[in-house]
Amino acid sequence: MISSAIIPQPLAKLPWRLIFLVAGIAMIGLMTLYSAAGGSIRPWALKQAITFLVFLCIAISMSWVKESTIKSIAFPLYGAVLVMLVMVELLGFVTKGAQRWLDVGFIRLQPSEFMKPAIVLVLARFYDLLPAGDIRKWRAIWPAVALIGVPAVLILVQPDLGTCMMVLLGGITMMFIAGVPMRLFLAGAAAVAVAAPIAFSMMHDYQRKRVFIFMDPESDPLGAGYHISQSKIAIGSGGIFGKGFLNGSQSHLDYLPEGHTDFAFATMVEEWGLVGGLLVIFAFGAVIRWGMMVSLNAKSRFAQLAAAGLSATIFFYVSINLMMVMGLAPVVGIPLPLVSFGGSAVMTVMLCLGMLMALERQQRTTSKLA
Amino acid sequence: MKGPVKNSKRVTSAYQSMTFSRRMLLAGGAQVAVGGVLIGRLGWLSVAENEHYQLLSESNRVQLIIVPPRRGWIVDRKGKPIAINRSDFRVDIIPEQIEDTEQTLKTLAHLLDLSVDDVDRILKDMKAARGYQPVQVAENVPYENYAKVVVRLPELPGVQPMRGFSRFYPDGPAVAHLVGFVGAASAKDYERDKNPLLITPGFKIGKDGLEKTLEDRLRGTPGGQRVELTARGKLVRELEPKPDRSGNTVKLTIDQGLQQYVARRMGDQSGALVAMDVASGDLLAFVSMPAYDPNSFSGGIGRTEWRMLSENDHIPLLNKVTQGLYPSGSTIKPAMALAFLKQGVDPKRRVFCPGGLRIGNRYFRCDAAHGSMDMHSAIERSCNTYFWATGLITDPEQTTEMVQYLGYGQQFDLPIPTQRFGTMPSPEWLLKKYQRKWQGYDTANTSIGQGYVLINPMQLAVMPARLASGKLLAPRLLMAGERKPITGLDVDPTHLEFVQKAMAAVVNEHGTAVGSKLLLDGIQMAGKTGTAQVFKLGARGHQSSWALRDHALFIAFAPVDRPRFAMGCIIEHGGFGASAAAPIVRDSMTYLFDQQKAMDALAPLEAQWGGTLAERNARQAAQFKALAAAKLVRTT
Repeated sequence: MISSAIIPQPLAKLPWRLIFLVAGIAMIGLMTLYSAAGGSIRPWALKQAITFLVFLCIAISMSWVKESTIKSIAFPLYGAVLVMLVMVELLGFVTKGAQRWLDVGFIRLQPSEFMKPAIVLVLARFYDLLPAGDIRKWRAIWPAVALIGVPAVLILVQPDLGTCMMVLLGGITMMFIAGVPMRLFLAGAAAVAVAAPIAFSMMHDYQRKRVFIFMDPESDPLGAGYHISQSKIAIGSGGIFGKGFLNGSQSHLDYLPEGHTDFAFATMVEEWGLVGGLLVIFAFGAVIRWGMMVSLNAKSRFAQLAAAGLSATIFFYVSINLMMVMGLAPVVGIPLPLVSFGGSAVMTVMLCLGMLMALERQQRTTSKLA
Repeated sequence: MKGPVKNSKRVTSAYQSMTFSRRMLLAGGAQVAVGGVLIGRLGWLSVAENEHYQLLSESNRVQLIIVPPRRGWIVDRKGKPIAINRSDFRVDIIPEQIEDTEQTLKTLAHLLDLSVDDVDRILKDMKAARGYQPVQVAENVPYENYAKVVVRLPELPGVQPMRGFSRFYPDGPAVAHLVGFVGAASAKDYERDKNPLLITPGFKIGKDGLEKTLEDRLRGTPGGQRVELTARGKLVRELEPKPDRSGNTVKLTIDQGLQQYVARRMGDQSGALVAMDVASGDLLAFVSMPAYDPNSFSGGIGRTEWRMLSENDHIPLLNKVTQGLYPSGSTIKPAMALAFLKQGVDPKRRVFCPGGLRIGNRYFRCDAAHGSMDMHSAIERSCNTYFWATGLITDPEQTTEMVQYLGYGQQFDLPIPTQRFGTMPSPEWLLKKYQRKWQGYDTANTSIGQGYVLINPMQLAVMPARLASGKLLAPRLLMAGERKPITGLDVDPTHLEFVQKAMAAVVNEHGTAVGSKLLLDGIQMAGKTGTAQVFKLGARGHQSSWALRDHALFIAFAPVDRPRFAMGCIIEHGGFGASAAAPIVRDSMTYLFDQQKAMDALAPLEAQWGGTLAERNARQAAQFKALAAAKLVRTT
C-alpha cells in the first residue's frame, strides 16, 4: 500500500501492486495488438485499450462491494446465468444455428463467460453453507456435481469445448479446495486414464485424426495442424531477444493465424523473444499468487474458497492458452486474458480481480477492526 | 485435536481449515509446476529449437520465383546454328493478384484471340496454382497483341506480360528427327523429379531426339527472384535476385548445309539418308523425311496437325534413320563378296546366269539373263544368280559374321532415344528364333539381302564407310565426346581393294548406277544399288500402288581413290535403287565437293515440286491452320 500524505486515503488503500501488474500485462497486450495490425492502433489496440480501462474502473469500483453482498448474490447470479444459457440454447434452436450470445440491444452478452466466476461463487457459497462435518458425505458431492454439470453440458452443446473445460476445471478445483475426499479425485483421475484409450478406440476416424494432429502437428502442416505449427514457428524463431518490435514476419505476413486473438502470445514472443514471454508468464504468476494470498489470508470460509476459485479461473485461462499456443494442448479457443483482442476475456478476468480486490479490502478492514 | 471430541463442529472446523491449507498448498504447487512446464517449453522452443524454427520462419517468409534458364544451343560442326533460342513475347497471370478473374480473362481472351479451350486450360491451371506461382496465358504472342496487353496493364492487375525465349530450329523439318523437339514437362515428368522448375510457365524440356538425350547438358541452371510473400501470396518486397546460367552449347558432327540440302533434295519422297566422314566416323547428315516441323511442336501442337501427321502414310513422325527397318536388298552384295573372298572363293570363278537358279524345288528368278559372271561383274551388274550359287558353296555362318562385322544388324552407341537395329540372320540365329534348320533358300535370300535381313539406314552408311576406309568406324554425333581409337578391319587389303573396285564399276563402268555418275572433274563415286522387295518375290516391276512398290536403296563412297565420305540412302517405295536413291546420293555427294553444282541440280527439281522445303512447309502449316479453323467452325 502506498502511504503518503498527499494521496487521499481511498486511493492509497487500493492494491496498487496488483493494478500495476495488470496494467503492465495489458500494456504488453496493447503493443502486441498494435504490431499485429501492422503498426496501427486500429482496428484492435484502441478498442482494446478502451475496453480494458472501462473494466479496470468497474473492477476498482467493485472493490468496495461487501463480502456479504457477494455472498448473497452467489445463488441468484448463478441462477440468472443458467437461465441465460438456456435462452441461448433455445434461441439457437429456433434460428437453427450455433448460438453463444444474447443480443440485449446495447451489448452482446455471452452467458458462458459469466459462468466462469459464477460457478466459483456458487460453489464457495455451497461449501460455506455445508456443515463442516458433512464434507466427507454424499451430500457434499452430488449438489456440487449438479451445479457444475448442468452449465457444463449446456455450454458443451453450444458447442464451446474450451469454456466447458474451464467451467469443469473451475468447479473441480473448488471441490478440491473445499476438502472433498482426496480418493475421489484420485479415482477420477484413474478413471480418466483408463477411459481415454477406450474412448479413443471408439472415436470416429476424423476425431482420431485430430488427436494425432495435436500430438504431431507437423504431420499435416497445411491442414488441421497449421495453427499449432505456425504458432510454434513464431515462438521458436523469436529466440532469446526476439525479432524486434514490429519485425515479426510470421504475424506480419499472415502465416500465423489468429495472431491478434488466441495466438497473440505467439505474436508477442516472436517479437520480444524468450524475455518477453517470461515477463508475461511471471506477471501472470504474480497476479495469481496475489489472488492465492488473498485466499490464504481470508477470515471467512466463503472468502477463502471464492478467492482461491477466482485465482484458479485466471490461472486456467492463462495456462490453457499458453499450452495451446506452445503445442502442449489441443487448439480449444481460449484467449490469453488482457493480451488477446476481445472483450469477454478482459471482462471475466477483471470481474474476478474486482471481486478479489473486494475480498482483500474486507480482510484489511476487518483486521483493523479486530 | 485433543482427546475425545465433544463439540464436533469446532474440531471439524479446525480440521477443515487444516485441510484447506493442505489443499491450497497442493493447488499452489500444481500451479507452480504448470508454470514451470510452460517456462520450460518456452525455453525449449525459443532457445534449443531456435535455429530449426528460424529456418522454417525464413522459408515461410522468403520464396523463390524461378527464372527459367536459357536452353543451350545445338550447333553443327562449323558452329552454324541447328537449334537456338528466339526471344518471344508471353503473357502470364498471377492468380493471387487478380481482382476480377472473369473480367480479366474476358479482356485477355479478346486481346490475345484465346480460344475457349485456352480459357478452360487457364482456369484449370489457376485452380492448381499455389501462392505466387504464375500461370501461363499465352506464349509466342505476336507483338501487336503483346502491345495491346501492355497498354491496358493498369486495368489488368495480376497480368504479367513478359519477354521470354522459345526454341527455334532454323531448318525446321530438315533437322526434326535429328534434334527432336521440346515441350512443356508433363505431369509425369514432374512426378518423377519434383523439380519446381518443370512447372514454371514457359519452361520446356527435351521431348525427343538429341533435345531429350542431351537434356542435362542443354538445360542450364535456373535463376531466381527471391521475394517476401504473405501467407496469401501477396508480394511484400523483392530481395536480391540470383542470376540464371544458360545451358551449354552442344556441337554436333553434322554439317548443317548438307543436312539441309539432303532434306530438300528428298522432296516429297519418304526416306532416309545418312552421310559419314570416312576418316572419323563423324555423321555429317542424319536425315529422315518427310518430317514434322519441330518449331510447331515447341509451343504445343494443335490437335488437327497431330492427326494429319499421324495419319500420313509417309510416316513423318517416325525417325526412319534409327527406327525404320528395311531389307537391305543388293546393297549387301559387296559385303557378301568380301565374305566369299575370305572363305577362299576365287574371284575369277565364273557362274553362268540363265536368268535364274533352281534351289531345291524352287526356281529363283534373277533380274536378267546376265550370262557368264565373275565376282567383279556380278557386283557391277548386281547378278543374283552368282550370289545364290556362290552362297551355296560357302558357310552361311561365316558369311553372316562378316556382313555383321561390316555393320548390318549392329547397334551403335548414339545419343538417340530409340534405336532398332534389325537382323542379320545366321543358322544359329534361325535355330534359336524359329527352331528351324538353315536351308538353301535361306542362303539364297540372305545373300541378296532379302528374307530375314533387316537393316536400318544408319547401318546403310556404316557399311560403305567401313568398306571404303578399311577401318572399323563407328558413327559419332557429338563433337565433344571422347574419340575411341579406330582399329583397322580384319580383312585382307587386296580383298578390300577388289570390292572397292567393283563398287566403283557399279557407278562408273557398266554397272547398275551409271546414271548417277558424279559430274565432277577427277572425283568418282563408288556405290551399290539395292532394291528391296516389299510385296513378294517375283512380283517385281511397276506397281501402280505406291505402298506396294519396292524400296530403293543405295550405298556409296567418294572419291573412289582416296575415300572421304560415305552415304547410305533408302527411299521407301522408290522402285529400283538406281532410279530413286542413287540420284539423291549423287547430288548430296556433289554438295560436299561443289555446293553450287549441287544447288543448280536442285533448283529445277524444286520448281517442279512447288517450292523449297521451307516454302512447302509454310504452305502445309497454313493448311493445317485452315483445317483446324474449319473444324472449329463445324463443331461449334
